[in-house]
Amino acid sequence: MSPTLDTVYRHSEDVISRFVEGELLIIPLVAGIGDMENDIFSMDETGKEIWTRLNGEKSAAVIIQELEEVFHAAPDVIRADVLGLLDELARRRLIIAVEKPV
Amino acid sequence: MKRASSLYLTNETGIPWKNRAPLLTAIDMELTERCNNRCVHCGINQPEKDAAARERELGTAAWQELLRQAADLGALTVRFTGGEPLLREDFTELYLHARRLGLRVLLFTNARLITPELADLFARIPPLEEIEITSYGMTAASYESVSQQKGSFSEFRSGVDLLLARKIPVIIKGTLLPATRHEMNDFIAWTGTMPSFVMFLELRSRRDSEEKNERIRQLRLPPGEGVRILSTQPDIYRRDMYRICRECEIKPTDRIFTCNQGNKLCIDAYGKIQYCLALRHPDTVLDSRAHTLKAYLTDYLPALRSRRSENAEFLQRCARCYLRSFCDQCPAKSWMEHGVLDQPVEYVCEIAHEQARYLGLLEKEEQAWTITDWPERLKQLADRLQ
Repeated sequence: MSPTLDTVYRHSEDVISRFVEGELLIIPLVAGIGDMENDIFSMDETGKEIWTRLNGEKSAAVIIQELEEVFHAAPDVIRADVLGLLDELARRRLIIAVEKPV
Repeated sequence: MKRASSLYLTNETGIPWKNRAPLLTAIDMELTERCNNRCVHCGINQPEKDAAARERELGTAAWQELLRQAADLGALTVRFTGGEPLLREDFTELYLHARRLGLRVLLFTNARLITPELADLFARIPPLEEIEITSYGMTAASYESVSQQKGSFSEFRSGVDLLLARKIPVIIKGTLLPATRHEMNDFIAWTGTMPSFVMFLELRSRRDSEEKNERIRQLRLPPGEGVRILSTQPDIYRRDMYRICRECEIKPTDRIFTCNQGNKLCIDAYGKIQYCLALRHPDTVLDSRAHTLKAYLTDYLPALRSRRSENAEFLQRCARCYLRSFCDQCPAKSWMEHGVLDQPVEYVCEIAHEQARYLGLLEKEEQAWTITDWPERLKQLADRLQ
């Protein structure tokens, strides 16, 4: 399921994320994450800003709004970027969509 | 935003460190000196049931604290070795602790204690590094003449099979011993497509038994025979040599520490911080119970690495030798053989010369440190191997 503006994500327990010398490293904990089991994931500066906001509380819309203040870019560019990355992270099981309370 | 955000797959060497590489990239942890094998050639194998050795070993909490320090310093990989690290009752606990800190685990083992449960764990929570398993023979007779433990061969093969059945990547390491010297073809056939390599023997890195050292010396294959065995698969051997050859352009130096250890450290079973697994010279170690890993790296290591030799023999030979990348000569080997950091080790020197002769880099009576036209020789070798 593709992410929407209302979707809230958190980091998966199946990966460990670490900042080492300013670089974000996402390391699989369990088998089956990524294309090959010995792969480490990383991200560019924009990706780091998005990853650190995936705390299980902020919706995609809130993250987009916050990034507009950080990067001063066109809203549609930021929106496409955030939703695109969330889709990629979710597809790779690095993040989990948080269920909305009933 | 200047560009679209991106997620990319990488590895340790592929990480584009924008600022600088981590202070510590990897750490070796020698969890125990005890082993369930009693290999005739081994440099580190206290008896499995040695209560005194066990009592001296670092406890679980101490290892966990050192793992935390290593992760905080940026390490991405920990090597668990021994002795036989699976003898530790807390091995699974330490393994999971390391993986949950985001460390990849490189396990050195003889595989005898691999159980279905442990193999399942490695399948579910992979170490992210190949498990390195040493083979001491291709039959029960040859293996157990080395391991001196009845039943050890079948346990070893069972352990390997448990891992392979779960598609857990392994590397098989062979040993060049009189008992295995005629088994190279069987070894190659068995390992098949699995990565594998064979190695020469080292003396005991604790320098604690001249009797055992003398036994190891007696078991060492003559360099010529070792190279003949290593080159059983000439294409693979020459390819490996070509890779080393490319790294071989070394300028003369009187520095003692010229190895590629990089930003790595080792902790021995009793908590001593070492430059590497094999180097236990008391002038090169600190106690982790009194010093942090960071203190060793920042306050102690730079001075150690800058040491220069005043040994005339080292300066005449090793400091000028262009085969340094071929050669295993290093402070640790020197310490194991001679108790000092910079004495040429004849055995490793002879092996390097034998390899160079096989590759056509040296004539029969030539000594590498007297050669002046070595850049041309290396280029010719590279041209031949391409």
